[in-house]
Amino acid sequence: MTVAVFLEHHEGELQKGSLGVLGKAASLGDDVVAVVLGSGVEGVAAGAGKFGAKKVYVADASELDAPLPQPRVDALAQLVREQGIDTVLFAASVLASDVAAGLAARLDAGLNWDLVDVALQDGSLVGKRPALEDTVYVDVGWTSDLKLALFRPGTFDPVESGGDAEVEAFAPEFEDFSTAATMLEQAHEESEGPSIEDADVIVAGGRGLGSPENFSLVEDLAKALGGAVAATRAVVDAGWYPYATQVGQTGKTVSPKLYVACGISGAIQHKVGMQGSGTVVAINKDPNAPIFEFCDLGVVGDLHEIVPKLTELVNQRKS
Amino acid sequence: MKIAVCVKEVPDAAVNKRIDPGTKRLDRSGEGALNHFDSQAVEEALKLKEAGGEGEVVLVSMGPAGALDSLRKALAMGADRSVLITDEAAAGSDLVATSRALAAALQKEGADLVLFGQQSSDSDGAVLWAAVADRLRRPVISQVAELTVEEGKVRGKRQTEFGYDVIEAPLPVVVAVSDAINEPRYPSLKGIMGAKKKPQDSLAAADLGLDAAALGEAGSGTTVVGLGNPPPRGDARKIEDDGNAAQQIADFLAEKKLL
Repeated sequence: MTVAVFLEHHEGELQKGSLGVLGKAASLGDDVVAVVLGSGVEGVAAGAGKFGAKKVYVADASELDAPLPQPRVDALAQLVREQGIDTVLFAASVLASDVAAGLAARLDAGLNWDLVDVALQDGSLVGKRPALEDTVYVDVGWTSDLKLALFRPGTFDPVESGGDAEVEAFAPEFEDFSTAATMLEQAHEESEGPSIEDADVIVAGGRGLGSPENFSLVEDLAKALGGAVAATRAVVDAGWYPYATQVGQTGKTVSPKLYVACGISGAIQHKVGMQGSGTVVAINKDPNAPIFEFCDLGVVGDLHEIVPKLTELVNQRKS
Repeated sequence: MKIAVCVKEVPDAAVNKRIDPGTKRLDRSGEGALNHFDSQAVEEALKLKEAGGEGEVVLVSMGPAGALDSLRKALAMGADRSVLITDEAAAGSDLVATSRALAAALQKEGADLVLFGQQSSDSDGAVLWAAVADRLRRPVISQVAELTVEEGKVRGKRQTEFGYDVIEAPLPVVVAVSDAINEPRYPSLKGIMGAKKKPQDSLAAADLGLDAAALGEAGSGTTVVGLGNPPPRGDARKIEDDGNAAQQIADFLAEKKLL
């Protein structure tokens, strides 16, 4: 089995999610390679060795400069053919999902998405995928020679194994249609502080805050805990907080070590985005709020009183 | 401009969704509805057609014959006609097989712009456009929150984990819109009445020049091997604030070594 892991990078840094997938892949077998595609990325690539890659294939090309999917499909398709790779794993993101699906069509390879685990059963790869709002866990397999998988963001933490990777360059050829789209403006981080997908601690606010101004309560607690601020679909829709912070089915899927939900009822659309969190603390004045069904500590009370006090206590403990 | 919108029938929100333990597929026997995310793609197509003053909006879908009813709802919004790929051989198609069928139908239509909604609400899939674009050998832009078409080019504002990109691509092109792009219109009574007279074509695999083995489970690259229950959470504690809740939370976090 030769497993390749697509490593995504942003502003010169390998993304934590894809390094986590790399660590998982390395735990399954010994033949794990990583793939880094971009422009001026050789230095970035070398860092993959200590997260479990035996070898890193690097393509450095101007066509791969912008984070657009189609030139990456060309590069991966070529690499899979030339190196006899039989499995390609991705940490899901806007970019990686499009790359994986394009590759699936190009090589007629089965793609399973939204996986939260993968294991070898009798020599075959089996993935685990939560379905129907995570009420059912489906075991999925592959019938194609090439197997592709997208993992839910934040599923695995990167594991530093301290190894060294051999870096091997390759030169992809690009299709005309793959390079037809051009990036006119590229995004830079809009929100301050850590991005919610990489944060170990998230403090999230919902409608129960009562007004956009009250997000300062959530921000203060997040700052005290060294975490990031997230929001529900309802408050993002209402214009209280930016979309980049939205957790849920149509926002981000997060899995921090600690998730503090303030004034969030816990609608299914929100739940699917955060239930992979380690410890969940919920504060809500409605004792019947569904969030109390999937938290570790539920507090029935007025968040406007509790949250500032908690912030103070956390700050005291730190000093 | 000719715009094709790929839409899907999903179980109605009121239906308690279940996976059939025999076939291990989603039970689609209950009431169906147009995938809400797709109605946003339909809305965007109608806006572009209205802004251009001419053109055609055709719906392209794959599903059981009963999906014609859901397609009629999008026709009532203002789309001109629909094409439904419906074939018993297509049941159980995964991404590889579905993209093959849709690409074949889209190739036949030859639209300048192919639109997709953000995801399907039943399988949580958010990948089909990139597979279809690759089969059609066309550029693709996904997660588009703002879309403009000018002088043979589309420009899309793409939402990513890092903020917003602006991406341009020449027609013909495939675009997947995000759920932030618009609020879909409700069909008017006139629209609902008019929809009944709009052409609704049904195509079988053979009509698309596809072998039955290219679709369904035979044409797929993935399979379901088993069904299980989600892992249980540990014992949850629930407390009522008696004025001391903040302290109790802090203690709990300290106990869990999170402080």
